[in-house]
Amino acid sequence: MFDRRLLDNFDWILLAILLLIGLLSVVNLYSATYSIRSIGGSGIYVKQICWYGIGFLILLLMTTFDYHLLDRIAYPLFLLCVLLLLAVLYLGRVTHGSQRWLHLGFFSVQPSEMVKVSVILVLAKHFSASQKTGDYRMRDLWKPLVIIGIPFVMIVYQPDLGTALVILIVSFSVILFVHVNRRSMLIFLSIACISAPFFWMSLQGYQKKRIIAFLRPETDPLGSAYHVTQSKIAIGSGLLWGKGYLKGTQTNLNFLPQQHTDFLFSVLAEEWGFIGSAALLTLYLFLILWCLNIARNSKDRFGTLVVVGVVALIFWHLVINVCMVTGLLPVVGIPLALFSYGGSSVVSTLAAMGLVMNVSMRRFMFQK
Amino acid sequence: MIGRSGFDPAETDIFQRRLTRLTFFVFFVFGVLFVRLWFLQVIHGSKFRTQSESNRIYLRDVLPFRGLIYDRNGELLVDNRPFFTLGAVPEDIGDLDGLLAGLRELVDIDDGSAKKRISRAKKRNPFHSVSIKRGLTRDELAKVETNMFSIPGVVIEVKPRRHYLYGPFASHLIGYLGEIDTKQLNSEEYAQNRLGDFVGKFGIERKWQKQLNGVRGGQQVEVDAYGRRLRVLYQRKAEPGLDVYLTIDKGLQALVEKALKDKAGAIVAMDPMNGEILAMASSPTFDPNDFAEGMDRKGWEKLVSNLRFPLQNRATTGQYPPGSIFKIVVALAGLEEGIIDPQEEIICTGRHYFQGRMYRDWKEGGHGSVDLHRALVESCDVYFYRMGHRLGIDTIASYAKLLGFGLRTGLKLGDEKPGLIPDRKWKLKHWRIPWQEGETLSVSVGQSFALVTPIQMARFISALFNGGILFRPQVTKSVGKGDGSAVFRCKPDVMGRWSIGEEHMELIKKALVGVVSEPRGTGRRGGTDIVQVAGKTGTAQVIALPEEEETIDEEQIPYKFRDHSWFVAVAPPESPMLALVIVIEHGGTGGSTAAPLAKMILEGYFSSRAS
Repeated sequence: MFDRRLLDNFDWILLAILLLIGLLSVVNLYSATYSIRSIGGSGIYVKQICWYGIGFLILLLMTTFDYHLLDRIAYPLFLLCVLLLLAVLYLGRVTHGSQRWLHLGFFSVQPSEMVKVSVILVLAKHFSASQKTGDYRMRDLWKPLVIIGIPFVMIVYQPDLGTALVILIVSFSVILFVHVNRRSMLIFLSIACISAPFFWMSLQGYQKKRIIAFLRPETDPLGSAYHVTQSKIAIGSGLLWGKGYLKGTQTNLNFLPQQHTDFLFSVLAEEWGFIGSAALLTLYLFLILWCLNIARNSKDRFGTLVVVGVVALIFWHLVINVCMVTGLLPVVGIPLALFSYGGSSVVSTLAAMGLVMNVSMRRFMFQK
Repeated sequence: MIGRSGFDPAETDIFQRRLTRLTFFVFFVFGVLFVRLWFLQVIHGSKFRTQSESNRIYLRDVLPFRGLIYDRNGELLVDNRPFFTLGAVPEDIGDLDGLLAGLRELVDIDDGSAKKRISRAKKRNPFHSVSIKRGLTRDELAKVETNMFSIPGVVIEVKPRRHYLYGPFASHLIGYLGEIDTKQLNSEEYAQNRLGDFVGKFGIERKWQKQLNGVRGGQQVEVDAYGRRLRVLYQRKAEPGLDVYLTIDKGLQALVEKALKDKAGAIVAMDPMNGEILAMASSPTFDPNDFAEGMDRKGWEKLVSNLRFPLQNRATTGQYPPGSIFKIVVALAGLEEGIIDPQEEIICTGRHYFQGRMYRDWKEGGHGSVDLHRALVESCDVYFYRMGHRLGIDTIASYAKLLGFGLRTGLKLGDEKPGLIPDRKWKLKHWRIPWQEGETLSVSVGQSFALVTPIQMARFISALFNGGILFRPQVTKSVGKGDGSAVFRCKPDVMGRWSIGEEHMELIKKALVGVVSEPRGTGRRGGTDIVQVAGKTGTAQVIALPEEEETIDEEQIPYKFRDHSWFVAVAPPESPMLALVIVIEHGGTGGSTAAPLAKMILEGYFSSRAS
């Protein structure tokens, strides 16, 4: 089953990039939690190492089978994810005002993270099953839209608006990639515009506050506007070379909220300066371009779409998070994939990367 | 080899093109991010560096000024006073021992505990000030403030503290504050509040909590390394709470509180023409100031376990047998039903025999020949035993409810008990045995199962003198800012009307005037020259004395077995301005204890009005 050729085609560079990002993540987490190590903060970077360990194992596992297997189990897997989402809504514990977690023994699972990957698989399967290359019309799209819609609504209900929106954006990236008829685009845009006010009304109070605070920071000096102000100070004060490892004052004095999750990038920017933050960005850029290359060389449509979906996942997480911490977007609680602390996120992203690795390894193999 | 996965060269071409476009898009977006970072870190980097190094931004919570509480004439009853706390910020302290020594020279402090707490806080939360001494006096404050620069790390925090000007004064009505609990935090009414806030827990403070609270403000303050405020970056002003004007009259309330001093019981004074409460007091009482800074556990335990229940508002939740005052109900019922002829005279010998039992009249030897008027004036029990028996308990009960007993009055101020008016159905349901006719006799004179609250009594007697209107009792006159704009203004609220013939009410009213003015009236000690008074005494039995015993001297009965003393009064009867209800627990007879208190109150109130 395990062809020797696969080993020849193993994508070492991809693995190396991922390991490097993982290393940077752990190093920065150590710093981010340095000041609170006495009250349990020290566990965090250790846990992240574990998550990476598990994630890489799963990544390797993902390469052992032919990815076309996923084509067959895409829908069942999706169903499983939806069921887990339901479980969260009824059995999940409320933290920070929302129900996102399922606690199983000594670790917890965030099903919404799994949904991100599952949706990609389902979309890739759908669009590779048909022969069309372009100009999908509305009626062709209703099925995938409904499929995306179900977990979207459930996640919005948790409430986790950020994750729901990311799923939406990633899905649309894939859909747009396979191209949509101009007329349907217009129809869709007009539906989006009409539903915007309803969407606004359905937002929770604090979510509305965040968006308003973004547009007019003076209205919410104590809330999310404060977080972004602190983040910008942290980032900006890094200057070119940074303040030095473990010497970030914003970080150490706990001025940054959520500095081990959403705002971890700000910690890196403060301590390593522009050189550091640009370096991390470049690393991600390289990762994305490398994956796009894999997509290019993929031997079939399904593989290409899966890779495009995963690229969209990484890309949008990065863009939204960096824009958020630099003040270009309102605070929506999106972590930086593979960098921010978070077991479910790390594991599911590495699993997704496993898929990419899988496609890469089999680019020369033809189906029997 | 075109399998299900589709391997079509033409298609791959299209995909290749799109991938290229995608690549450019990715480059473009990354470019934007790089530019943004450059902007923040290189171009404006030094500005941010300065901000992060020598300055800090603190979030300052600005607590809103809690609304004040006044009486109906604008006399201030409750306000806020500044409360000073001496503290230190662990991060800013250089030499802890030196700091504590320096402070000890200025004020009296417990340095042992302060040192421990500061050292602990330094590890966990070094930027939050630790309190060293709370409640500084003005002198201490002045001493510390003038020396503050030589003791870095020391801060003075000012917080508003609720101040009840007259201590225990209308305490059950006004209420008190306490720290917000989790249930309240989750409800919409407390959306403005956070953990640690003091909110109304009882009384008016709780009823109008949302309006009194005001709206929080906030500031982002730039502070330098010494803690000096450099500038305010963003600010949202706090909105002060609205003020509450109560319906009570401060002067009258003072008289009422004086009357209840060292006694247990309740007094309610109401304006009979609109239901506004002019005074309300319950005793024993408490000082709401004790709650203002958060009561410690010991203090709370003491209040709660006090067997005389000082926290209970007896005016609304004290349920007592109405005693002879209930005779008014029987009289009105009898007149309306045509069963009582006002001219009819019966002989009262002091004893009444019924079904083999003897029912005593309070007056040994009886009242002689009495008609309705005399029976009320001298409070003859035998007359009412007979009339009550003629009516039957169910009729009596239905009239009692019509007249306003047995149900809550609708005063919306926390707990209120409905009292109890028994009838046959009730007895079967609760006691599972049928009603005994003899019990009707007891109820007719306001003993046995019947229970009323002082506020029900006030509403009832007001209705008798205002033409039969049952008003909802009100305690809030208006709520609003001082400028006259109001979010609430009270209006008389009619809850029901008596369908009793006017001539019947007149008869009773005349009799009640006689209770106070006639030489043998049981309420003559409640009369005064200053204003005409109509009233009725009542003596509610706590236990029934055995038949054989002579009239026992009251002093010899243990306190807890002594009767409760009632007196209700309306003055002046023709155009009523005040309805007064007094119940003194274990006070003995109505005429001896409650009536003289009423006289004191009425004289005080009406003479001040005359001047």
